[in-house]
Amino acid sequence: MKEEVISFPHLASYCTPISFFLRNTTNHEIREAPKITKNTLLLGSKYAPDTVCIPFKYNLGNYIEALENGATILMQAGGGCRYGYYAEVQEKILRDLGYQFKFFSLVDGDHFTISHTFKVMKELSPTLSFFRFSYFGLLTILMIIYMDKIDALIRPRIGFALNPNEFKSLRERMLEDFSHTKGFFSLTRTYRKYKSLFLHLPINKPEKHLRIGIIGELYTAMEPFSTFFLEEELAKMNIEVKRFTNLTYLLFLKKWQTKRMLRRARKYCTYTLGADGMDNVYRAMELIDQGFDGIIHTKPFGCTPEIGAIPIIDKVCKSSDMPIIYFSFDSSTSDTGIKTRLEAFYDMIVNKKRGI
Amino acid sequence: MRLKIGIPKALLYYQYKDLLTRFFENLDCDIVISPNTTKETLEQGKKFVLDEACLSMKIYMGHVFYLLDKCDYILTYRVASVKKNEKVCTNFMALYDLCRNSFDKRFVYFNIDVDKKESQEFAFLSMGLSLGFPYRKVKSAYKDALNYQNLIKNREISKQKMILGSSKRRKILLAGHPYNLYDSFIGKEISHYLEKENIDVLYSDLYDTKYTDTDSSYISPKNYFTYNKDIMGCIHSLESEVDGIILITTFPCGPDSLCNEMITRYVKIPLITLTFDELNSDTGLLTRLESFLDILEERSKN
Repeated sequence: MKEEVISFPHLASYCTPISFFLRNTTNHEIREAPKITKNTLLLGSKYAPDTVCIPFKYNLGNYIEALENGATILMQAGGGCRYGYYAEVQEKILRDLGYQFKFFSLVDGDHFTISHTFKVMKELSPTLSFFRFSYFGLLTILMIIYMDKIDALIRPRIGFALNPNEFKSLRERMLEDFSHTKGFFSLTRTYRKYKSLFLHLPINKPEKHLRIGIIGELYTAMEPFSTFFLEEELAKMNIEVKRFTNLTYLLFLKKWQTKRMLRRARKYCTYTLGADGMDNVYRAMELIDQGFDGIIHTKPFGCTPEIGAIPIIDKVCKSSDMPIIYFSFDSSTSDTGIKTRLEAFYDMIVNKKRGI
Repeated sequence: MRLKIGIPKALLYYQYKDLLTRFFENLDCDIVISPNTTKETLEQGKKFVLDEACLSMKIYMGHVFYLLDKCDYILTYRVASVKKNEKVCTNFMALYDLCRNSFDKRFVYFNIDVDKKESQEFAFLSMGLSLGFPYRKVKSAYKDALNYQNLIKNREISKQKMILGSSKRRKILLAGHPYNLYDSFIGKEISHYLEKENIDVLYSDLYDTKYTDTDSSYISPKNYFTYNKDIMGCIHSLESEVDGIILITTFPCGPDSLCNEMITRYVKIPLITLTFDELNSDTGLLTRLESFLDILEERSKN
């Protein structure tokens, strides 16, 4: 019997695998929060503390819109820095606003353990067996990995596509197919099918083209709305984009790579700088080595780990004459300002490439 | 030749001052402590960090800048976690690497990371060893310094308890990070003003952290920022005994932004949040403080 309605905040297009997971492990109805608009941010920043970072405001806006939309169960994840503490404060704020709901946090503070997540899921649907939980958990993880792989395939191509809309519509069709996955084999089959489809879309890539790497805080890197669709803007300028942060990286690769990255960046970092701070220093060094033409660093206003990392990244880039631009996003940031700065940056790297 | 160690009077200096000074004295080092924060300190410090960094961070950099040509080594630190499964602001995690990259100077540092099994004792021992002192000397120096720190802390805590128990005057709790409460540029002005107005000032860091876990869980059970947890614990334990609370924070402090929201939603007695940034006006501050004191006065009449 479906009586409760589950909802959760948006993070790029990852709501597809998350709702797939929840749909298969619980008996409740899943209703995705309404798409992020300017109004979401306005709502969020109205009730959020002033100096909190912008993902909090987006999440809170998502929750309020979801509750207005009839949601009764809200989900939140957790992670490094302040993110692990979001859940409690958001719950408090929403309760004080007078909403009735149940709140579940999949991650306990900032420590991810399977047993805690299973306990939470068990509370949501008491009949859930550990086998079913782990089966669909693994399937969801694989889906996320495939999504990120496809995205990594799209990014160098979409800037030179003869018809960029084809990429977008094909990606939407892929997500639709992914959400109807039956098992591991059908998932892999869908992935292979779309991979070849993407590879065969016509592109016109000149030999000398601009390449830009995007580094920075995780939410602004992943959620396109929060950066005013930065990647799409870059694609319009015929630029190849490389981005490191995605869910695969945050969930699995980060743990494995931290030691290696620290060794590589030891000239600048003796220790990790908190959240993705040291990772970004490493990425900047990596992008310089690979001969990229420019780096774009995005972060929400007041993001403490990045504030610690930026002076170091600046030093890295200055030492090898690498153009870098820093974008800081707040609820009052205007997209025109960002666009103007982006255009100026584009002109600069074009001139640098030509040798003027 | 005696080593000259410079200690910047900012950030964790106020938490570790007794420990550090005694530790280096035991090791026969000379200590240079930077003077109180002034406007100039801030102006200098601003150049070395991003303009979005919090005020306390900028002040710290100013202090380091002052010490550059006055000592052999400058003391800095990296603190990732002081208790198991807890964290501190990530600024403390980046502090050592930030200093190392921003200044061309030799730094001596300790690294406390309990989650990765680097305790405070280990951190201080390896700091002493890195300066070239023999192990036994460092160990005894640390032991003695730790005892001394505990002694001082206990004395101050009992002094505050005496005030709470005996004084008939109005009592106000100054809550916030110690590096904001005692900084001459931030919290000192407020406590001076309150003392002039014949009010007993209590400090949130003079609180026995043994009870933090239970006390702070009333306000927020899942909070994992150690320093903010202590503030929450103190506020809960003293709420019924003081007349008002002044929350002091700097703009834009990361952990404070969330934790203060929880505190203001919990506390039932008069509370005022004072946020400090570079462009502070004393008049605005005084007006707010005066009106806050008026509220307390009116409340006590009823």
